[in-house]
Amino acid sequence: MNGEGNSGPVFADPITADLMLSVNGDEHPVTVDTRETLLDTLREHLDLIGAKKGCDHGQCGACTVLVDGRRVKSCLTLTVTVDDREITTVEGLAVDGALHPMQAAFVERDAFQCGYCTPGQLCSAVAMVREVADGWPSAVTADVSGPVALDDDEIRERMSGNLCRCGAYVNIVAAIRQVGA
Amino acid sequence: MTTVAAPYSGTALDRVDGPEKVTGRARYAYEHAPDDLAYAVVVQSTIARGAVRVVDADSVLQLPGIIAAIWHENAPRVAPIEDAELTVLQSPRVAYRGQVVAVVVAETIESATEAARLLRVDYQVEPHDVELRADHPGMYRPDHVNPDYATDSELGDPEAALGFAPVVVDATYTTPAQHHNPIEPHATVAVWDADGLTLYDSTQSASAVRATIAPLFGLPPESVRVVSPYVGGGFGSKGAPHAQVVLAALAAKQVGRPVKLAATRRQMFAVTGYRTPTVQRVRLGADEEGRLSAVVHEAFEQTATVKEFAEQTTVVTRMMYAAPHRRTSHRLVRLDVPVPTWMRAPGETPGMFALESAMDELAVACGIDPVELRVRNEPTVDPERGLPFSSRNLVACLREGAARFGWAGRDPEPGVRRRGRQLIGTGVASSTYPVYRLPSQATARAEPGGGFTVKIAAADIGTGARTVLTQIAADALGVAPAQVRMEVGDSALPRASVAGGSSGTASWGTAVVRACEALTDVLHRRAGDVPPGGLEASVDTAEELRSQRPFSRHAYGAQFAEVGVDLDTGEVRVLRLLGAFAAGRIINPKTARSQFIGGMTMGLSMALFEESVMDVEFGDYLNRDLAQYHFAACADVRDVDAFWIEEEDPELNPMGSKGIGEIGIVGTAAAVANAVYHATGLRVRDLPIRLDRLIGGAV
Repeated sequence: MNGEGNSGPVFADPITADLMLSVNGDEHPVTVDTRETLLDTLREHLDLIGAKKGCDHGQCGACTVLVDGRRVKSCLTLTVTVDDREITTVEGLAVDGALHPMQAAFVERDAFQCGYCTPGQLCSAVAMVREVADGWPSAVTADVSGPVALDDDEIRERMSGNLCRCGAYVNIVAAIRQVGA
Repeated sequence: MTTVAAPYSGTALDRVDGPEKVTGRARYAYEHAPDDLAYAVVVQSTIARGAVRVVDADSVLQLPGIIAAIWHENAPRVAPIEDAELTVLQSPRVAYRGQVVAVVVAETIESATEAARLLRVDYQVEPHDVELRADHPGMYRPDHVNPDYATDSELGDPEAALGFAPVVVDATYTTPAQHHNPIEPHATVAVWDADGLTLYDSTQSASAVRATIAPLFGLPPESVRVVSPYVGGGFGSKGAPHAQVVLAALAAKQVGRPVKLAATRRQMFAVTGYRTPTVQRVRLGADEEGRLSAVVHEAFEQTATVKEFAEQTTVVTRMMYAAPHRRTSHRLVRLDVPVPTWMRAPGETPGMFALESAMDELAVACGIDPVELRVRNEPTVDPERGLPFSSRNLVACLREGAARFGWAGRDPEPGVRRRGRQLIGTGVASSTYPVYRLPSQATARAEPGGGFTVKIAAADIGTGARTVLTQIAADALGVAPAQVRMEVGDSALPRASVAGGSSGTASWGTAVVRACEALTDVLHRRAGDVPPGGLEASVDTAEELRSQRPFSRHAYGAQFAEVGVDLDTGEVRVLRLLGAFAAGRIINPKTARSQFIGGMTMGLSMALFEESVMDVEFGDYLNRDLAQYHFAACADVRDVDAFWIEEEDPELNPMGSKGIGEIGIVGTAAAVANAVYHATGLRVRDLPIRLDRLIGGAV
């Protein structure tokens, strides 16, 4: 049997909320179902299709976007929780039509194949380089008290929340090293 | 056959669709948004065998925003076709746990998901059988194995030869079920209108989806259009249509609105295919110098009750090594399980894990270097077909790979190299993949304003097809790649074969070259004059392919691995992987390297992590998400590299190319397992190489 308990479906209308979402510098007035994830709001209501749905469970990282500059999984973020935050998606990385250096490095190093995990990898990479520059340690940082060097081990550790099934990891690491060095 | 000589083929052109992919502009199937959309969510069977008694559709229709709950009693009928995986919601029968029993359509994803969760389904339950065993009484001999190979083969008297052989290896290897898990879930947006049906679909072949779906809905093929400009990986799981595309079309028909439907990641473990688990017995007979006299390779595999898929696991053994006495066979059992399908190098991938592990065991038994052992058993002609090889550079891959890897002077003694708390070992395995080429059509068009458009319903699932076809067309037209616009991923374009069997570049490239040549001829006759309406030429390669000369055509490679095994935990890390390949002409070194190392990375993943665990009691794969089905993450993949041997083969196609999408995974798991043996002295014959298979046996 599907369903839970014996009481049958509950016939309540969805609860909605009116928000002003700030995405890539643009303000979007939206009415959202309070069950709605940021990922679905971006993709289904704002036609910002860059953030990808790979698992909807926070396990693959394809939905990674930046909220106030920090990487989050938009599939695990309810939209109602980010109405006063600054959201950046992959569409917001390029400035005035010029690729962000990380985007250019991904193309140059062939750091993707199918491209579906790529927006998440890019958002994650951009924020991750900043995290290292700010001295945030990771599980592989030998000395957690000092500055952190962006070496391959650090990149691999910090990028392991973004799965790539095409197996472009070696090239992803090379692209990030090129930009972050 | 002459091959196209070329300034642009062979150059490392950046992916032509790179900018679209890195900016988020590339639009994948689920991202197409026609007006008046509704959302569909699938409900799966919670039993493995039996029948649906009733679905309480009425209750969920009371929920706000619910448009329809479709099940077998109220679903639109489809034509009864042979592929029962696709005739969804047509009968009460349940053939495996996770089979689709209903689909809910709603105004929003949230409402559809909630209603699907609440939908009550009553079943009549029957006992199920989901356990693969080599001695299962239901084992049978299929008529043929995928795609159309003989089920069994035999030459000489292998049993007698094994009896006489001074050295015999007799071992059983197992590979688990594995799931493709492309990062883009299988998705379809279905739109019905006066002209018929449009499907925005995630597929490896728009032409095949059209050809399959049209008769299901009683439509002529021209009334179905399949659009799939970008595909987020497939690895075989999107090679043939699965239930989701039919369900989307059914649901859209039922509700009279465009419908979006995607399998969730968890649903994908039952409804989008997987690699069958295998049990393989390999017996090798050899003299003391390692020269094979007998090779016997037997595979036992599962298939589903609704559809047969017979993985060609031992076919590769028919041509790998010379031996006068040989036998290969395949036996299947129909279980109450989801339908297995092609997964990256079906056949070769599990088959070469077993064969190349056994060859390593033979090298150990004979005290011969494993590279040397393989060289010693190199055949001069295809051992079972008797045909000459169009080209075969396995030995060059082994030799050159060994040189670059630093194989020389390797101490064969297992379990003696320590680096800190790690045991270190190296391993090698051969790799191979057949050369397939399938009929395709293409159109080349000279635009009145200058420039060319080349059209073919090919699929770029991340392989780089759009890019290499651009290079091939540029060379055939004698212009720069920037002058060529390549159109792929739409069934309205000239019909093309599937992006599968590593056949894309060979099949579509042939059609593109011929179309460009035909256009060049026409242009020449008109002294280069392009009329205001443009000028085009179309071709079909079916005839050309029929006149192919008989050769044994395969790509070859050698995989070298270095591993470190933690003495305390048994954790295996692959420290280095190097692949040497001989695959004809490489058209784009940048995208080709990505294909090779991508395949090798999936092979590493197969060696150490990937395993879909069958829950015998409930009858489904229980680790059905990416937190439980592990595949390699960034930190698992350190030093993976590939190079290739220059290979000129005039018996292939106008480009002189062999397929490269699958060979990278073939042999990798064996190279890793052989390296683990070298590191630890423990022979792991069952994938994946989990900690518990090493710890406790530590040296």
